[in-house]
Amino acid sequence: MATSSYGRLIKDGLWSNNQALVALLGLCPLLAVTNTAVNGLGLGIATLVVITLSNVTVSVIRNWVRPEVRLPVFVLVIASFVTAVELSMNAWFHELYKILGIFIPLIVTNCAIIGRAEAFASKNSLDRSLVDGLAMGIGFTLALTVLGALREMLGMGTLFSQADLMFGEIASGLTLSLGDEFKGMLLAILPPGAFIGLGFMIALKNIIDKRLTQPRKAETVTAARPEPAAG
Amino acid sequence: MIKHPIALAGIVLFLFAVAGVGLVAVVNDQTKTRIAANERQALLDQLNALVPANTIDNDIVSDVVSVSDPERLGGKETQVYLGRKAGKPVAAVFTSIVPDGYSGPIKMLVAVRTDGSLGGVRVVSHKETPGLGDKVEERKSDWIYSFENKSLENPPLAKWKVKKDGGVFDQFTGATITPRSVVHTVKNTLIYFRDHGMSLFQKAGA
Repeated sequence: MATSSYGRLIKDGLWSNNQALVALLGLCPLLAVTNTAVNGLGLGIATLVVITLSNVTVSVIRNWVRPEVRLPVFVLVIASFVTAVELSMNAWFHELYKILGIFIPLIVTNCAIIGRAEAFASKNSLDRSLVDGLAMGIGFTLALTVLGALREMLGMGTLFSQADLMFGEIASGLTLSLGDEFKGMLLAILPPGAFIGLGFMIALKNIIDKRLTQPRKAETVTAARPEPAAG
Repeated sequence: MIKHPIALAGIVLFLFAVAGVGLVAVVNDQTKTRIAANERQALLDQLNALVPANTIDNDIVSDVVSVSDPERLGGKETQVYLGRKAGKPVAAVFTSIVPDGYSGPIKMLVAVRTDGSLGGVRVVSHKETPGLGDKVEERKSDWIYSFENKSLENPPLAKWKVKKDGGVFDQFTGATITPRSVVHTVKNTLIYFRDHGMSLFQKAGA
């Protein structure tokens, strides 16, 4: 029973209620930093850390906080964690921090985080809030990274360039190039490319969802249809 | 016993504010020396790319003067990092700003040697169009290297323009404004150095 409810939470976070692709929350960072896969991954992980910490904290304090002040308290909790994450990134991932710049403090305004605090963590137990935070965070990170990879490949013809900013010198070998003669499609890197890319990702997700439900429907339809009259 | 729920709510809010500030204070305390070291190292790396570490023996990051000449250097205040060897001036690195980029100011580092030649130029930050104007960036194209060893005599002052305007510097296909502005600001920085350069080294004191 318990495991299946965790499974449900994980499935919600990664797929059926993905904060970026279904809830369409946190679009500002989603669209702004996803010009390379590494940028997307970096901001995704920062968001993942914040959403998990905030979910856990909000869940722990949910019985002590009076409803009148719950939103200010949530914002306070989230802002504190974001500042802590920002300082830590500045200290340990300085180059990546410089690239992501303003979008790290802006995690505070990511509606996905306060959304989960209000809609889930403030009503659920610690363990469920933790799983929910992790699942939502990972789902958001995946969406960011996939969109970043897509735009990077189309726009610059590389994949995981500057991976060394995040994983150290060893990772510089991770960078793939699609060939030097590939000049890149400028549109993919520019802001409209982010909207178009996100649009295609949402469309693809909807198609997959449809495919998954259709076979069952089709069966019922054929079964229900009366046999054509002979002659 | 507190009767008013609003007072209780206020106290709860206050306690969380204290806890939040406490958390941030602790993290700040743990990271601040590392962050300062990171920023210093990043600046030093940039400066050393223009003024090689083996040509100077002073602490170039700390040997800095602040000058003001918005006309030629852009920006209200310009930091100038001074490189010396055995107390003798070697090069000055200007944090010049190109005021008229295609989309917003372009921040640069312009290194001028004491003989008036350029140690090199780097773009630190800019908002130019990706794929067009952003070729002024070192990792996008080699264009920025074309300033190396140039001076006001080489090419002559009248040739400090992009080719389209009758000068010697390449423009980019589809982007002339960005390189034109960068060339202009580099030239102005050289002129500033010709007029005031050596006095900067005295101002800071060896």
